[in-house]
Amino acid sequence: MVAHDLLPAMPRPAPTLTLRVRAKDTVADGVVSLTLVHPEGARLPDWTPGAHIDLVLPDGTTRQYSLCGDRWDPYSYRVAVLREPAGRGGSAYVHDRLAPGDPVGIGGTHNHFPLAPADRYLFIAGGIGITPLLPMIHQAELMGIDWQLLYGGRTRPSMAFRDHLADTYGGRVHLRPQDEYGLLDLDTWLGRPDPGTKVYCCGPAPLLAAVEEACAGWPPYSLRTERFTAADRAEPVRQTSFEVELSRTGRTVTVTPDVSVLHAVRGAGAEVLSSCEQGTCGTCLVPVLAGTPDHRDAVLAEHERAAGDCLLPCVSRSRSDRLVLDL
Amino acid sequence: MPETTATAAAPTSDADPFAPEHLADPDPLHQHLRDTGPVVHLTRYNVHALARHQEVHAALVDWGTFQSGAGVGLANFRHEKPWRPPSLLLEADPPHHDAPRRVLREILTPLALRRLRETWQTVADELVETVLAEQGTEFDAFTALATAFPLRVFPDAVGLGPYGRENLLPYGNMAFNAFGPRNDLVQADAHRVAELSAWVNDQCVREALSEDGFGARIWAAADRGDLTPAQAPLVVRSLLTAGVDTTVHGLAAALYAFATHPGQWQRLRERPELARVAFDEAVRWQSPVQTFFRTATKDVDIAGTRIPEGGKILMFLGAANRDPRRWSDPDRFDLARDPSGHVGFGMGIHQCVGQHVARLEAECLLTALARRVAHLELAGPPRRHLNNTLRSWVQLPIRIRTAS
Repeated sequence: MVAHDLLPAMPRPAPTLTLRVRAKDTVADGVVSLTLVHPEGARLPDWTPGAHIDLVLPDGTTRQYSLCGDRWDPYSYRVAVLREPAGRGGSAYVHDRLAPGDPVGIGGTHNHFPLAPADRYLFIAGGIGITPLLPMIHQAELMGIDWQLLYGGRTRPSMAFRDHLADTYGGRVHLRPQDEYGLLDLDTWLGRPDPGTKVYCCGPAPLLAAVEEACAGWPPYSLRTERFTAADRAEPVRQTSFEVELSRTGRTVTVTPDVSVLHAVRGAGAEVLSSCEQGTCGTCLVPVLAGTPDHRDAVLAEHERAAGDCLLPCVSRSRSDRLVLDL
Repeated sequence: MPETTATAAAPTSDADPFAPEHLADPDPLHQHLRDTGPVVHLTRYNVHALARHQEVHAALVDWGTFQSGAGVGLANFRHEKPWRPPSLLLEADPPHHDAPRRVLREILTPLALRRLRETWQTVADELVETVLAEQGTEFDAFTALATAFPLRVFPDAVGLGPYGRENLLPYGNMAFNAFGPRNDLVQADAHRVAELSAWVNDQCVREALSEDGFGARIWAAADRGDLTPAQAPLVVRSLLTAGVDTTVHGLAAALYAFATHPGQWQRLRERPELARVAFDEAVRWQSPVQTFFRTATKDVDIAGTRIPEGGKILMFLGAANRDPRRWSDPDRFDLARDPSGHVGFGMGIHQCVGQHVARLEAECLLTALARRVAHLELAGPPRRHLNNTLRSWVQLPIRIRTAS
């Protein structure tokens, strides 16, 4: 969840906290880092490595960025923003207009990419996907756990924090800009499957797909990834309409194939908070009381999908003729 | 160090907060400590005490400065061997605290507890019916309700087997005594430490737990690699240590509150949806968990007093919850009050991970009672049980009038 610049901006409720930009620094070609503080110097909400915040820019757009600073400093957050020419303006606003002193709203923190215990970590970053891995690396060091980082990017100057990483951690860091090395040689670098090792990867979809393929022979749950956008999933299980019952009001609404469950239940008067509407942030999670969901999000873990007791109505649908939601 | 000249020595007190008279009735000591200063040096134990809401709250949330990993009792794990392997949650700091906390938090979210609500409400309704039928209009609410209800629902929810459940309360009592000094209360438990610890440890292994409880979900997290197999039994142990006595005495606090505030009971009966607020107000008002310690990770100044690195800090949650600097009319139990911000469940990254379980238990029991009981009052003097950490009970005689 590094930057959802390619997603449409969605209206959302007011953020919970307004911070101030204390510093804006260029940390690589096309990447600026923002240091955010509370206007009155207050302590900020705690977070753990892998967490992200929703950043609500003064022009109203909302984007999600991984926290890449130091959690032992409770008074500032740090995020790094890649300029995405194909984006819809969020990153351009940060690069071109946002200035020290400006207010920004934040929501969160959320963490769908937590660092689980392991004997050894292999971190794989693609481009700006380095951001959630930075605090993980710091944490692995603190716990004295062996780790290695494979860091790819288009060109060396485009790779944020490369000097900091190389200077601080030396031989554990493997910088592999594509114009010097070509595509990452994942099979060689990952080596043989090892039950004590966890592989953490964040980056663009093609890198994630390649890492997933390279880890196919690894023990289940070894690989942990975070996507920039929701995973591409197959067509919905049902191509026909289904009914959703709102248990608290007793109302029932028909969800046709061209409408999301979220919009359908809102039309029936249910109040559901949502954010990304792409199945990546988890804000709109609702309990399922009956029926079988067709999960199409990138948030729930496999065991949470299997439990079938909640769904993200912005993208997920129904396998059964009827779903009963706790709304 | 020039900074030291800017800091004054804290006012001192030679009171022993773990003495029987203070454990039995902590309010006068709490007022004394709050009024003595924002930081008070307790000479008897050479620790610094915080009793005002502002300072307690600030220390609770600042896990970087006030660590838990050196123990949250008087014993300093830097120099003293803990009486059992430390808790991975309560007695741990980031980064080691993160994974166990996340796993247990996700197992105990309100969403995850939803499936228990219907069953627990049924159990509560049946319990109230049985008590009214068998014990009439006067009974000991501590035993019949506050103890009976959690022991019916919680061990099942964890997935414990049927045998030995009577060990849960004595084990919790022992663990909460162990946060205090090695006084008579600790000595009284000493002969049972090995036996009770062995029983609890035996319940934490995968094979001892049912397939669908909180315990099994902790082991499932280990299967997914979100915990190590060595961590899983200790996380189960946290549930068994912190999940029983606390809710028993929390429910007793709520029943005591209503037995002594009949107008508030009428308010709850008129608006049963206030059950959750009522429980939190009771937790604020009585603070079932009275105290926890932290250890300073560096020399730190609180309100002008220097606390040395490695020094123990004793936080009086119960005193903070009745600090008139924070609460208006703090000694009143009042459902009209917003108890948000009370520190009865702690605050920050160590805030009670089971708080939603406690609230659900309380909501079910209070809802069941409100359906059947029009009025309740004390039928005799309540009797406190003394524990170094818990504000607890042995007897709460009440008289009730059933609703027609």
